[in-house]
Amino acid sequence: MSTMTTATTTTTTATFELRLYVAGQTAKSLAAFANLQRICETHLAGQYRIEVIDLTKTPQLAAGDQILAVPTLVRRLPEPIKKIIGDLSNEERVLVGLDVQPVKE
Amino acid sequence: MPSLPKAPTGITGLDEITGGGLPTGRPTLVCGSAGCGKTMLALEFLVRGAVEFGEPGVFMMFEENAAELTANVRSLGFDLDRLVKEKKIALDHVHIERSEIEETGEYDLEGLFIRLGHAIDSIGAKRVVLDTVEALFAGLPNHAILRAELRRLFRWLKDRGMTAIITGEKGEGNAITRYGLEEYVADCVITLDHRVTEQISTRRLRVLKYRGSAHGTNEYPFLIGERGISVLPITSLRLDHAAPAERLSMGIPRLDEMLGGHGVFRGSSVLVSGAPGTGKSSLGAKFAEAACRRGERALLFAYEESSAQIVRNMRSIGIDLAPWVKKGLLQIHASRPTLQGLEQHLVGLHDTVQAFRPAVVVVDPISNLTIERSDAEVKPTLMRLIDFLKQQQITTLFTSLTTGGSGPSAAEDSQVAVSSLMDAWLLLRNVEFNGERNRMIFVLKARGMAHSNQVREFVLSDTGIALVDVYLGADRVLTGTARVAQAAHERSAAELRREDHERKLRQLAARRKAIEAQIAALNAESEAEEAEVKFAIAQETLQEKTTQQNSADMAQLRGGSKASNGQTKGKR
Repeated sequence: MSTMTTATTTTTTATFELRLYVAGQTAKSLAAFANLQRICETHLAGQYRIEVIDLTKTPQLAAGDQILAVPTLVRRLPEPIKKIIGDLSNEERVLVGLDVQPVKE
Repeated sequence: MPSLPKAPTGITGLDEITGGGLPTGRPTLVCGSAGCGKTMLALEFLVRGAVEFGEPGVFMMFEENAAELTANVRSLGFDLDRLVKEKKIALDHVHIERSEIEETGEYDLEGLFIRLGHAIDSIGAKRVVLDTVEALFAGLPNHAILRAELRRLFRWLKDRGMTAIITGEKGEGNAITRYGLEEYVADCVITLDHRVTEQISTRRLRVLKYRGSAHGTNEYPFLIGERGISVLPITSLRLDHAAPAERLSMGIPRLDEMLGGHGVFRGSSVLVSGAPGTGKSSLGAKFAEAACRRGERALLFAYEESSAQIVRNMRSIGIDLAPWVKKGLLQIHASRPTLQGLEQHLVGLHDTVQAFRPAVVVVDPISNLTIERSDAEVKPTLMRLIDFLKQQQITTLFTSLTTGGSGPSAAEDSQVAVSSLMDAWLLLRNVEFNGERNRMIFVLKARGMAHSNQVREFVLSDTGIALVDVYLGADRVLTGTARVAQAAHERSAAELRREDHERKLRQLAARRKAIEAQIAALNAESEAEEAEVKFAIAQETLQEKTTQQNSADMAQLRGGSKASNGQTKGKR
């Protein structure tokens, strides 16, 4: 899991506060983290912060954000709270879920 | 072979039906339509487990939140806040809002497992409730994943040795649950049902399946009362109550006499039926009072009068209940029969009996409870009640209102449904004759004792209840003033006869005297005759003597002794 936690982005003026809930370093967790980072770098560069929570280590945190499925991505800011479940493999749907306008290339 | 280990639910009646509780370490499916009491049953299972059996439990809810649930069950005396604080219960509200959730790519429900596992570990839980896990089907679009995960979840619960209740909504048609949960939870299935018949609602419970265990298969009515869920039958599947030989007085000596001389058996059930105004309630009150006089507790359920009214009315016939109420030996529970369904009443009755522990119970009248129900429905329920009271060795008197029809069997007909459950049956009847109505009492049956076949008149006066012999004429039975008149008539007739006899005796005496006088007269006559005869004989004898003397004298004068020869010579 250390790979994921150290990868948290550096921006200080984050407008997107994201939390990724995972349960151990499973294939799905790793895929979700990789996908999330890629999408954020592409479309939200400099405006986001990602916090990864491993529920196998801190199970008491699961109830707070009503986590059932893993992986779950929670957009805590801007409000309202939004949740995206799954390994985030579909970029388009992740952007819809985060309510982010894709950056045209 | 050791029997399947079972975890007691602590729910009245349910443990009896299931033979000890739910299967330990396995999930049980409880399903039914909305509002049938699934959540209540599951929660009571958990609370009782935590409080009474030392098995902490996790309640994972998918519909209500913790605050709502806590508020809902507080009225039943379950203080969830305290139990949570004492780490006996853990509550977790799982909520998913479909509109907030976007789905992309693969996932599983490990989060749910982690939450449940965390809650279990935090209090060392032995019991788990998932209420209602089917809500997930609405929240998660991918049912294939959900089904696979639920299967894994139930397996996981089993592996962890959790005694669990999974609730589920009843499905359409014959389906047990809407999403087919019964496929995954196959050890024990309980269905709940809430039906309204004739405007009165009844909840029913049925154990559909219990793998590896015998269980009652009927539908049993149940209630959510002040103390949680009560499932009838309270006495379940047996008929093995004791039969004491001790006898109890009915409070009326002549009535005891009709019942083999000693009254009814302790623990038996007595039915008193009759038309309106035949004195059923009075008999019931007297029975309760008699118990109080013996220093026993009596419980009176009244469905027609308020308790103040009963006390006042009974005083008018010399039965003073007030001191017994004050002493705490008598409790009167008055309510309207239409207030609740029959089952509700019976559970109320059951709870009161459990709390008060009386020796004698009077239900006045039972017919009001059964009025809107068919016999088929009422009989098993009453049977359960009677069995319960018998097992507690409580002697019960039920009064029952009959239609008061004029036919000879009208009173008996209307009671067929319940009478077979009763040990003794007294019938009160009004007899209209000679411009008045009078009460009569019969003993129709009394199991296990020689009882009178006679009809007695039942008299209520301001000094109490009394039974009086009726006048049995050649072709009719006389009661009331007719009986009194007949008695007076008989008395005067006897008087006359007595006088007649005396007169005849006197006549006889007189005649005897007359005859005796006659005899004396005749005797005197015959004596007189005898005297006359004797006199005559004496006279004649004297004459003869005189004559002989004369002739002798003459002969001597004529020649001595030759006088006679002279006669002879003269002939020659």
